[in-house]
Amino acid sequence: MKDDDRSRGAAGLAGLVAAGAIVAGVALAASSRKRGGGDVPDDAPGFTARGWMGGRSFGKYDVVGRSVTIGRPREELYAFWRDFGNLSQFMENVEKVQPVGEDGHCVWTFRAPAGRTVDVETRIVSEEEGRLIAWRSVDGSDIDTEGRVTFDDAPGERGTRVSVRVAYKPPAGELGRLIAKMFAREPEVQGRHDLRRFKMLMETGEIATSARRKDQTRAAKQAEKHQTKEEAA
Amino acid sequence: MRALTFQGTHDVRVDTVDDPEIINPRDAIIRVTSTAICGSDLHLYDGVIPGVMPGDVLGHEFMGEVVETGPGSTLKKGQRVVVPFTISCGGCFHCKIQQYSACDNSNPAEKQDASEMMYGHASSGLFGYSHMTGGYSGGQAEYVRVPFSDVGPIMVPDHLTDEQVLFLSDILPTGWMAAENAEIEPDDTVAVWGCGPVGLFAIQSALVMGAARVIAIDHYPHRLELARQLGAEVINFRESNVAEALMEMSGGIGVDAVIDAVGMESHGFAIENMLDVVKQKVGIGADRSHALRQALLAVRKGGRVSIPGVYGGLTDKFPLGALMEKGLQIRTGQTHVQRYMKDLLEKIEDGTLDTTFLISHRLPLELAADGYRNFKEQQDTWTKVVLKP
Repeated sequence: MKDDDRSRGAAGLAGLVAAGAIVAGVALAASSRKRGGGDVPDDAPGFTARGWMGGRSFGKYDVVGRSVTIGRPREELYAFWRDFGNLSQFMENVEKVQPVGEDGHCVWTFRAPAGRTVDVETRIVSEEEGRLIAWRSVDGSDIDTEGRVTFDDAPGERGTRVSVRVAYKPPAGELGRLIAKMFAREPEVQGRHDLRRFKMLMETGEIATSARRKDQTRAAKQAEKHQTKEEAA
Repeated sequence: MRALTFQGTHDVRVDTVDDPEIINPRDAIIRVTSTAICGSDLHLYDGVIPGVMPGDVLGHEFMGEVVETGPGSTLKKGQRVVVPFTISCGGCFHCKIQQYSACDNSNPAEKQDASEMMYGHASSGLFGYSHMTGGYSGGQAEYVRVPFSDVGPIMVPDHLTDEQVLFLSDILPTGWMAAENAEIEPDDTVAVWGCGPVGLFAIQSALVMGAARVIAIDHYPHRLELARQLGAEVINFRESNVAEALMEMSGGIGVDAVIDAVGMESHGFAIENMLDVVKQKVGIGADRSHALRQALLAVRKGGRVSIPGVYGGLTDKFPLGALMEKGLQIRTGQTHVQRYMKDLLEKIEDGTLDTTFLISHRLPLELAADGYRNFKEQQDTWTKVVLKP
């Protein structure tokens, strides 16, 4: 291994660990990656750590992550994601993402239980054209969250490895419980499904459904359910 | 429309359900002209495949006429097509290397979890099967919504009848891939467990590929007779000791390649199979793999093992030692149907393969439930049921 490879490897690990603790203020010390057997950290992402309940909490933040390889060029996937309005096409819990202002601020409208929605405003904290987008909720948001998506060339003709990491800390109180319930629709499961849908959309131009009719698709049912509850409320 | 629906174990009914419509751009709607009951439908019927819900429309062997197309479909109204049972997007890593049955994108996102948990990776979408494979409405119906219709369906010429080409949808490519997976070489003796449709087509394919001898194993006299007519020698496991017979018939070498066309509900009277029956009945996800165990012992050292038979869960008492110590190779998998359809259609057209001998019964769709019952209970004589919607 060449020296620059090694340093990049180390930087990569640091990056992944950092990605697991992307939230400012959650200093994910190297010690959180220590395993019982020794002091040598391995190359696995931080959120795959073994431990109580999967060891996916870092400080007060829950962290979820998932990677998928998509057979399309990095630039194309980056551009689609960077156009935040596109995200609700494959993120089921996200009703819409609306850019506000010029500096990468967005308002994410999440579907919450009982027909309610929760808005979270985010700003872009870091961005590398064609490679990385990182965002963070602005101060005073209902959900304290940070996320990032990276796009790396996959080996050979395999396209792009897309990795998403999201950390979040719901607030206390009634709203907190509501949000917890919303995210307790297993953010990990939701994220997994969302990324699969992203892959489908990019590789096939559509999102697979086994419904027989349009009004029986999952997306249609979800929208309808939400609509009805809104009306009832 | 009218469609055959699953209601529970050994309970299927023809019901009126919603007509399908175009949902995604690459969809097409097919009006079914012929459809068949598959041996793997019996696994659903027997309740040994998880994730089948009351009301699900079954059937994955079907063909018909294109009646509607989405803007992304390459099909045209009026075309006559056979539809592969595997749903494949054509654009993912697996489809691009022709591993169509491993398609990443055809099983809806939220339905991939179960198979990812059980198998480590998600299954692709299949028509008319379990919700683990997408829960797509199947072909034992008047109409079917066919996703990715620009990739799967193959047009068939008018001079060939439905019955000549229908089995391109599943069992002919499955039998063919089973023989291909056995990597047959000239002078080979190949043993095939199970003389159901896939076993019979595997026998036929193995002989076309140049196997010197094929030995077929079953216990139904009529099915063994069909195997014999195709050119196989036969062993009835009720009459003969299979292991000893195969050693003798191969001159003490063992057979060069074995094909397990039985799968998870094998018959047989060995003690370990009886135990498997009990475990499967109490629902602990156990497969009955008696035929496979026997095949692994019968194959020669350095031989090849092909498994087209369907398995879904776990098994035990698996002769892992035989596998390792004899240096065997195993190849298996759901069929990559799209890889084989064109070549096999040519072989049907030029007369190399004729699959119509298999069809024992033709029924209107309305009598599909009778078809299931008899296909299960009269396996000797009900070798293949074709349904007409």
